[in-house]
Amino acid sequence: MTENDLRRLLARVKEGTLSRRGFVKRMAAVGFTAPMATQLLAITGAAPAAAQSVPEYKPTRRGGGGALKILYWQAATLLNPHFAVGTTNQEASRVFYEPLAGWAADGTLYPILAAEIPSVENRGLAEDGRSVTWKLKRGVKWHDGQDFSADDVVFNWEYARNPAVAGVSIGSYRDVNVVKVDDYTVRVEFQKPTPFWADAFVASRGLIIPKHLFKDYAGSNARDAPTNLRPVGTGAYRYVSFAPGDMLRAELNPNYHRENRPYFDTLEIKGGGDAVSAARAVLQTGDFDYAWNLAVEDEILKRLEAAGRGKVNIVEGGGIEFIQLNATDPNQEVDGERASIRTEHPAFRDPAVRQAMSYLVDRNALEQFIYGRGGPATANFLNNPPRFRSTNMRWEFSIQKANEVLDAAGWARGRDGIRAKNGTRLKFVFQTSVNAPRQRTQAIVKQAAQRAGIDIELKSVTASVFFSADVANPDTYTKFFADMQMYTTTMPQADPQLFMNQYVSWEISSKANNWQGRNIVRWRNEEYDRVYREAEGELDPVKRAALFIRMNDLIVGSNHVIPLVKRPTVSGSLNNLRHILSGWDNTHWLLSDWYRET
Amino acid sequence: MFQYLIRRLLIAIPSLLGISVILFTVLALAPGDPFEELATNPAIPPEVRANLRASLGMDDPIHLRYVAWLTSMLRGEWGFSFVSRIPVDQLILQRLPTTIIVIGASQVLALAIAMPVGVYAATRPYSLFDKVANTLAFVGFSLPTFFTGLLLIMLFSIQLGWLPFVFRTDIEATGWRWWWEMFRQSIMPIMVLGLFQGAAWTRFVRSAVLDVIRLDHVTTARSKGLPESVITLKHVVRNAMIPVVTLVALQMPVVFGGAIVTEQIFRVPGIGSLLISAILANDTPVIMAVTFVFATLVIFFNLLADILYGWLDPRISYR
Repeated sequence: MTENDLRRLLARVKEGTLSRRGFVKRMAAVGFTAPMATQLLAITGAAPAAAQSVPEYKPTRRGGGGALKILYWQAATLLNPHFAVGTTNQEASRVFYEPLAGWAADGTLYPILAAEIPSVENRGLAEDGRSVTWKLKRGVKWHDGQDFSADDVVFNWEYARNPAVAGVSIGSYRDVNVVKVDDYTVRVEFQKPTPFWADAFVASRGLIIPKHLFKDYAGSNARDAPTNLRPVGTGAYRYVSFAPGDMLRAELNPNYHRENRPYFDTLEIKGGGDAVSAARAVLQTGDFDYAWNLAVEDEILKRLEAAGRGKVNIVEGGGIEFIQLNATDPNQEVDGERASIRTEHPAFRDPAVRQAMSYLVDRNALEQFIYGRGGPATANFLNNPPRFRSTNMRWEFSIQKANEVLDAAGWARGRDGIRAKNGTRLKFVFQTSVNAPRQRTQAIVKQAAQRAGIDIELKSVTASVFFSADVANPDTYTKFFADMQMYTTTMPQADPQLFMNQYVSWEISSKANNWQGRNIVRWRNEEYDRVYREAEGELDPVKRAALFIRMNDLIVGSNHVIPLVKRPTVSGSLNNLRHILSGWDNTHWLLSDWYRET
Repeated sequence: MFQYLIRRLLIAIPSLLGISVILFTVLALAPGDPFEELATNPAIPPEVRANLRASLGMDDPIHLRYVAWLTSMLRGEWGFSFVSRIPVDQLILQRLPTTIIVIGASQVLALAIAMPVGVYAATRPYSLFDKVANTLAFVGFSLPTFFTGLLLIMLFSIQLGWLPFVFRTDIEATGWRWWWEMFRQSIMPIMVLGLFQGAAWTRFVRSAVLDVIRLDHVTTARSKGLPESVITLKHVVRNAMIPVVTLVALQMPVVFGGAIVTEQIFRVPGIGSLLISAILANDTPVIMAVTFVFATLVIFFNLLADILYGWLDPRISYR
């Protein structure tokens, strides 16, 4: 099916000559999955206005739900979203503060403090992609009774973009301009056409703090603001007490701006401990309602689930565990720089070797024996949201095919059984961080490679070194002074633009940029660069999705990157708790809508 | 005596300085930085992280940072946590009560077990009681706390469902109910720590008492016809206490430092869990403050032990 056919069908849906169901059916016939087809309808404006991205909220009155107890095995340490370094702090801030809109599980926007999601149809999005106008919800009050207005939104932009504040959200705000149109309308202006406009004021980086309480602390004294630890927000629950690194307590906000919400009278979030006992406290003893990020072996989770009290929730996001095959030579120094971009990897420059490596990774075994439900095997680097998922990539585990490919390319086995060609031996160093599932994966790959005449030396580096940005340390993942490495990369937004810049040539990690470039595998491809540039300015969502799919196919097709398993977020909750989770936003993104079924 | 005290206190100053230099250098040399999570987040440009580091003075040379830390410490400013951006002394004070209650109670429990059992076992060596006490003591200090902790959780929380295994600082109850809840949630961590420590101390008290009980002055006291209880308490235990006091005094700073493993298992928000989370997050000011206070307490209790010797054994004089 070509782009034109697709457009014709979409137009027919809009006109009403083709039913939505008919459209989905036709798409299924040519290999598009149903969620993907509905997404196409949604993003091109052919879906009903009330998209079913969020499940129905059943309680008919506010409160009366008792206590909601949430367990985090990492503890929150502060409650100002602009200072929230880790996920736990974002989550804790999210209880009190809200953004204009959040990301639902299907990768669509859901309005929270905004009256509606801007679109071209409602004139929220400028046709040229240079601005977005947000209409704010009226009648929203801060927990202290003051009115929420456009001034607060503009203030957040000023606050976050000020380098003296030293906030972590600066990246989302410094390159945009925010204008107050009237008391309930703000316009975000971009320097160039921006297809991905939903960053500032959206989701975890868009939580709005009150101007009247922070305006005296909007400079280098930001740290002294008493409200940093005693938040006053607009959220469904308001502040009661907070002990950093331990316990956060909140209670129902009687003036919450969404009707019949929230359901629970009190909320407590306990932090600390370890993931296994957190799983136990929910699934086995039922002491808590919800436990976040259960990084626990699936087998243990299944055993705990057998108690029948709770269940494990798997929420798909963009996280992916993958192997990189270095495009440069880590064993050669050019001007004192290892893995310089001016070198080529002696073995991996041969596509046959990369192809063979891909054949040698048994993703099925990884899913079955190591990751379980927490790691479904995948052939794609870009997996989600579904509208960006390629259907062209396949993976296969076959030692025989690996051997054939290598034989055909002239890599002959030596006396020790290791293949070599023109003096280059297939002997690789494979590094990763110290972590049980990763080390087991390394062992599986090594075993298979041995049978294909490739010798792999395994190396594991402590996580605090491997993932650090320490310029003096040669073992960091951004330096990648090894032949192969493996880690998980995450996708913080439901848009792949930032995610896919990991393979553009101007992001190559090198000495010149202190190894802070995002292209760690140091792969260069002119077509990829061109397609990426095109996607940066492409305003048509369908075309743009096609461009990202092409990028995925280019990098995965090169076999310099071998996707292994998707890493969805895994959490545990009691059977009767009705929560709304999303892989693109915080766990608490719609805490107001959580309730208990009785 | 007074002169001795002054001299000891003066000696403490260079040792504390030395300790702080070593701690600071080791922490500065250790890999990692508090904004590591930002490094792996593609939505945050690297300059943002660099700015943050610069604003917290983390890029200055190490000796400058040390001097800055030392001068503010002398002025009584402990600095603020990189991670939670609040003053370190507040963080520590917040956790001090729980730590002292839980760890303190476990030390008291340990002493309450070790003293009577150790002394009684030593007065009747190789009796049935001695053998049983010895065996239990060996079992007690051979089992690491993380193991006994999990064992207790498995038994009392999961199988029997009697005790909660998540420690909560603010219990919604008043009066006797509050005390009951507090007791229920503290008993497991206190038992784990107290029994472990008690087992080790029992062995120690027993051997100390055995050493004294064979001495001539005890035989003399017996031949004078003194009752056994007076002999044990006045002539044996008091003399045997000198090494025990050293041991217990050196253990006291631990009451402040908390117990990292046990606190983590039971989610007790004590100073041990503060320290471990600060270490994991590379939160240097917090690590410095906790370890430095710990070092100060070790030196102080050492001094206290030396002074207690004099009271226990008048032959020791201070010059």
